[in-house]
Amino acid sequence: MAVLALLEHDNGAIGDVATQVLSFGAAYAAAAGLPLHAVVIGPGGEAAAEPAGRFGVTTLHVAEHEGLVAYAPQAIARGVAELIGRLSPVAVIGAGSERGNEVFAHLGAITDLPFAANCIEAAPGEVAQVTRVRWGGSLLEEARVHGALKLLTLAPHSFEARPAAAAAQPAVERFTPVLSDVDLAVRVVERVQTQTGGGVSLASAKVVVSGGRGAGSAEGFAPIEELAGLLGGAVGCSRAVTIAGWRSHTDQVGQTGTKIAPEIYIACGISGATQHMAGCKGAKRILAVNTDPEVANTADFDYAVIGDLHQVLPAISAELRKAGLK
Amino acid sequence: MNILVCIKRVPVTGGRIVLRDDEQAIETRHLGFAISPHEECGVEEAVRLVEQNGGESTVLTLGPPEAEEQIRDAMAVGINRGILLETSEEWDAQATAAAIVAAVEEERAAGTEYDLIFFGNESADTGNYQVGIRVAHALGRPCVTGLKKIELVGGRARCEQEIDDQRDVYDVALPAVVTVKEGLNLPRYPSVPGRLRAKKKPIDRKTPNPRPAALERVRLKLPPGEDKPTEILGHGPEAAPAVVELLRQIGVI
Ligand SMILES: Cc1cc2nc3c(=O)[nH]c(=O)nc-3n(C[C@H](O)[C@H](O)[C@H](O)COP(=O)(O)OP(=O)(O)OC[C@H]3O[C@@H](n4cnc5c(N)ncnc54)[C@H](O)[C@@H]3O)c2cc1C
Ligand SMILES: Nc1ncnc2c1ncn2[C@@H]1O[C@H](COP(=O)(O)O)[C@@H](O)[C@H]1O
Repeated sequence: MAVLALLEHDNGAIGDVATQVLSFGAAYAAAAGLPLHAVVIGPGGEAAAEPAGRFGVTTLHVAEHEGLVAYAPQAIARGVAELIGRLSPVAVIGAGSERGNEVFAHLGAITDLPFAANCIEAAPGEVAQVTRVRWGGSLLEEARVHGALKLLTLAPHSFEARPAAAAAQPAVERFTPVLSDVDLAVRVVERVQTQTGGGVSLASAKVVVSGGRGAGSAEGFAPIEELAGLLGGAVGCSRAVTIAGWRSHTDQVGQTGTKIAPEIYIACGISGATQHMAGCKGAKRILAVNTDPEVANTADFDYAVIGDLHQVLPAISAELRKAGLK
Repeated sequence: MNILVCIKRVPVTGGRIVLRDDEQAIETRHLGFAISPHEECGVEEAVRLVEQNGGESTVLTLGPPEAEEQIRDAMAVGINRGILLETSEEWDAQATAAAIVAAVEEERAAGTEYDLIFFGNESADTGNYQVGIRVAHALGRPCVTGLKKIELVGGRARCEQEIDDQRDVYDVALPAVVTVKEGLNLPRYPSVPGRLRAKKKPIDRKTPNPRPAALERVRLKLPPGEDKPTEILGHGPEAAPAVVELLRQIGVI
């Protein structure tokens, strides 16, 4: 028996999310009194042995198959399910990324077991106790997970990666999963570039200036674009704006838009609905520019300027120019 | 072509979430309800595909009797039929998927085979990321998730999924299950005649068989928030120097 961590990797290189999964898995395994195993699927996986060892993995399972070069969610799940059959782990833990959750949903369907997505805490047991994220992070749920095998994903950036006290050299066990054409029917056949260089990406911008319904129109975004330009930042918007057709959905911040994590988020003419704020929880500071003094009562706003964005923003831009910014 | 869209009724929570005293659900007494944005795009896409290719679109929801409101909303933008699986409580993902599969099988027995079934990538409230995939497995169909674009060519679907700044393309044979995200299209607004027509469209009401929750909700709670007060930097254009000072302090200029 063991606890099994499924690691996302790129030719054996694992990122922050995978190390968080390993730490979370190690804590779960320690609480259950069991060893931690990890599995990597796809080419180059054995290179993950060294980092996995640092997080206390005793055995690394490496699945390779010619059909697993391009991403194929059901095939990955089938590979993990085959390993589950041999290893009988008490839990499989993975990343609450889009892809992690997708693979785990397939695992849930294949095994007919419950799957708890985006957990932030988990305690093992015959019935596992978890706390998971709902509403894009605006609400938490404490839940009990039944079934012989627990399928859990970890909400990204909700658990600190902590290397084990002593690094180990995990045993590497290779296998070639048995995959059918049906398992491989859904796979990536092509990758197309969408962003044509230039511009700052919303997800990684240090400064984001957003407009909401208060911008009034598509043209009303001119002062928002001007300020974002001066600060070398990106322009965002609320859903009220995208459904009005003023900006494209690629600019939308929120639960069903982009999640951002800038140094400062300047939200202009935005009321601060929970589904909007779900997208900017990662911002270090939030400044609201709003005509309604009530925004001061919104817990998520650290700073506020009370006033019409069409007067306040040009004044800020003018002040920045005075300070020498172009 | 026959298309099914699975939608869920969710509260529009506004500025802050308030929980019921029993901590089992959001207090919705003063809230409106909506179809989640992802699913709204599924509805729009189904209507467009039927406009282009002919056929019939159906919307299905498992929820309280009041979820008729969301079915009528979908009908107002062009969906032809509705199926309401009436429940009094929130069901877990496995039970929801099982009820949807049973309904699809009943439809098949009655002569309607769906070429495409649309789901949201994740539901707005529970965010389980799985109902569509579970339904696809039970029906033995391929499932592509998180779509921002879908094109039907010669009995196949070319699907684009956004991943960071790129798009991954999948090509699957119909019948298929797809899960979609907001941004797939820009949903139309219902027209007044559309709303009137929606009132007359047929809804099948059924009571699905319950199944004990394997992912059992114990209680809901609000994430711990720092309840620090908002600092007012000023009023109107006169606040500009204070804002620039803040930007300087935090090192972005
Ligand atoms: C399931 C679900 C998912 C959702 N996902 C998202 C999402 O991803 N992103 C998102 O943004 N929303 C999302 N929403 C919608 C969200 O609930 C709100 O409806 C939306 O965020 C409101 O946008 P807003 O703040 O621009 O508009 P409003 O709430 O109308 O606020 C407009 C604000 O502008 C202020 N204002 C007006 N004029 C001016 C002016 N001249 N100068 C300065 N201020 C002014 C007003 O005082 C007000 O505070 C979702 C909703 C649901 C149900
Ligand atoms: N009660 C429900 N009724 C109809 N469809 C649902 C229901 N719950 C979930 N779905 C569909 O399944 C998708 C994924 O839900 P979930 O697995 O809960 O994240 C949603 O976006 C809906 O399309």
